[in-house]
Amino acid sequence: MKRVYVNEEWCLGCHLCEYNCAFANSGLSDMALALKGKPIYPRIHVEEGEKISYAVSCRHCEDPLCVKSCISGALSRKDGVVRIDKDRCVGCFTCVLVCPYGALAPGETGAMLKCELCLQNAGGAPACVKGCPNRAIVFEDRGEAE
Amino acid sequence: MRKYVIIGNCIAAAGCVEGIRSADPEGSITIVSEENHPAYCRPLISYFLDGRASLERISYRAPDFYDKAGCAVLYGKRAVAIKPDEKTVELDDGTSLPYDALCVATGSSPFVPKMEGLENVKNKFSFMTLDDAVALDKAVTKDSRVLVVGAGMIGLKCAEGLLERAASVTVVDLADRVLSSVLDSECAALIRRRLEEHGMRFYLSDSAARFDADTAYLKSGAVVGFDALVLAVGIRPNVSLVKDAGGEVDRGIVVDDRQRASLPGVYAAGDCAQTFDVSGGVSKVLAILPNAYMQGHAAGVNMAGGDEVFDKGIVMNSIGFFGMHAMTAGCYEGEVYEEKTENSIKRLYTKDNVLKGFMLVGCDERAGIYTSMIRERTPLDSVNFDILKKTATTAAFSAEQRRKKFGGVV
Repeated sequence: MKRVYVNEEWCLGCHLCEYNCAFANSGLSDMALALKGKPIYPRIHVEEGEKISYAVSCRHCEDPLCVKSCISGALSRKDGVVRIDKDRCVGCFTCVLVCPYGALAPGETGAMLKCELCLQNAGGAPACVKGCPNRAIVFEDRGEAE
Repeated sequence: MRKYVIIGNCIAAAGCVEGIRSADPEGSITIVSEENHPAYCRPLISYFLDGRASLERISYRAPDFYDKAGCAVLYGKRAVAIKPDEKTVELDDGTSLPYDALCVATGSSPFVPKMEGLENVKNKFSFMTLDDAVALDKAVTKDSRVLVVGAGMIGLKCAEGLLERAASVTVVDLADRVLSSVLDSECAALIRRRLEEHGMRFYLSDSAARFDADTAYLKSGAVVGFDALVLAVGIRPNVSLVKDAGGEVDRGIVVDDRQRASLPGVYAAGDCAQTFDVSGGVSKVLAILPNAYMQGHAAGVNMAGGDEVFDKGIVMNSIGFFGMHAMTAGCYEGEVYEEKTENSIKRLYTKDNVLKGFMLVGCDERAGIYTSMIRERTPLDSVNFDILKKTATTAAFSAEQRRKKFGGVV
């Protein structure tokens, strides 16, 4: 199945993916209205090292520690996508404690947010990929199982 | 067709069912469930008390979970004996269940030490099961004074769950701090302060010398009146079925890294089992939900003839109160790296070129990066630990490590 990958040599560290992600998941049709002057809650974040930068979002692990560790049954994996039911999440942070990639963080309500490949929102395809100005973020199939 | 029996019906049992079905879609699975509920999210019983989790939402799996997995669940039945020679489990109603592979997932029970006058208290509760929570929910009104004995995770989460719906909640513990099994004094003080700000009262380094019907007389001389008493002093793994059948038992049921107990065809998983703690290098009961699921899953796969090891178990906890989270993992040995602010403490413990453990209070961002380093025993000289200790970031890993992490399927 297709997943989001990042070419760290091409990442400019511009953080546009974070804004595109937050906008795509806002449910609003105007980007300024959705993001301007507000704290944003992207499901992707740019990691910055000494000479590198790259964006990190959920890896949709085949054997996801977060799903196995979730104390409320909110996290599940279906058709290769790790999803979160925000109504079931109690904000215990156990998934934050176990995710090796740092790919989950709390949103405005305290429920955890994570990348669901934009399948659940109006985008239908990852907004971080579409909006990456240097095509550092790609959505492709590297041959792994569902 | 193989016959599988699981004693217990909580997280480890659900993991076991999913493990069995990943390797054997055909065999028969029978679950002996003493509790009259489908598997539920046990840590959520405190969220049930304050309304954040409803009875419907507390189920661990979808309502059709057992049907879809083809499991027969015997509700309200108790296993009274395992007969390893005949390979049967005897139930309290006289039924005998034959098995080819058995998983003991009996969990743990509250431990109540002898306390003078406890028998005089009518309104007393444990806090281990959904039935305990439902009973407490019924008993506590807005006028109730609640006394909780035990400031560990169970006691404090129960106290939190009742705090905004009872007249008062008081917690007493023998230890000099809250969450004494996972936090040191300074970290515990932050959590205690947050709870006190929300009205919880504490008597620490103290204990109940005796009770009468609605009053606790503490060793310190304090007298605490109550309408409901919650006993959350500690838990004990439920090991007697295996012990009585001649299986090896220490603190918990002794199993290998495939969850096999010493009796042939018998496996154990979850809070009743004793497994290897990677960070501490010792065998112990790792009584936390994630381990219960993973151990159950490994047991299930192995019961069905597959091969899955549980060999990366560590102790870890994430517990939060009123917006302040405490995360801990591993063991607290070796050199300490520390950062402190008024509302946060970060302590990382390193030894022998690996991260051994951490305590994080009020600073939890991407803590899983640290946890994975403990679990994987990542050599510190293979990463830039000067950066990592300040910020949990995968950018401090080597290019090769990053390529492995992010380049393909994981």
